[in-house]
Amino acid sequence: MRARVLIRPKAGILDPQGVAVERALPALGFDGVANVHVGRLVELDVEDPAQLEAMCQKLLANPLIEDYEIQAAS
Amino acid sequence: MRIGVITFPGTCDDVDARLAAGKVGEAVALWHRDPDLHGVDAVVVPGGFSYGDYLRAGAIARFSPAMGSVVDFAREGGLVLGICNGFQILCEAGLLPGALLPNTNLRFTCRQVDLEVVRTDTPFTSTCEVGERLSIPAKHTSGRFVGDVPEDQVVLRYAAGENFNGSQDDIAGVVNEGRNVLGLMPHPEHAVDVLTGGSADGLKLFEGMARVAVA
Repeated sequence: MRARVLIRPKAGILDPQGVAVERALPALGFDGVANVHVGRLVELDVEDPAQLEAMCQKLLANPLIEDYEIQAAS
Repeated sequence: MRIGVITFPGTCDDVDARLAAGKVGEAVALWHRDPDLHGVDAVVVPGGFSYGDYLRAGAIARFSPAMGSVVDFAREGGLVLGICNGFQILCEAGLLPGALLPNTNLRFTCRQVDLEVVRTDTPFTSTCEVGERLSIPAKHTSGRFVGDVPEDQVVLRYAAGENFNGSQDDIAGVVNEGRNVLGLMPHPEHAVDVLTGGSADGLKLFEGMARVAVA
């Protein structure tokens, strides 16, 4: 299975990358942008998708500071 | 007193850590793939960019064979000092509370910082006075400490105006519940000689570690 893991900073934890992007967009003329957050995307082929949750907990994300979301990619 | 210093691929402060360890005892070089800690009395997990900081700083190094042994060593009460990337690795390994995030300014910053000793009831800070200031270099991109840490585990804080990375409550160094594992972002191993370190204040943490490890 082709899987996609989206990892994002937990709500409430300052995300300076998101803030920097949010400030840069209006400077380029893109108005009306808010709540920008920058995360990570991990794409992988897995034989046993049941292991994805453990992979996220152990390595792909740090659950103390990040939320993750597992998706099936097509 | 034998102090082991682990080298991972990408570690760059192991040489200075061994130099500092050598001033208070015998420095022993440990290799990340070797699970044998060679009977050392204390372990230093030094700074650098282990495994290129891929994924997250420290995320991959924590699974190295040597770190597996360090976790067991620490759980049995062995003294472990994690500096910079070493601090990040110890947090990732669950030996210390919290995590280190990118500096608020998103920049690699290298500067001398003043730290304030908050607690002296740890082996490492037993050579200091409460409120004492230590002048130590810091150099990192991901040093913003965030975490749920009990007050009595905060050992070092950035002095007023020195918190350049945005750490929560100015936290610069924390210990585990057993007080035998210390992690800090600034580099005491670079401040063991006035000529090159700006001060020799960093030596105090090594002296404290050596004093207790032999006792």
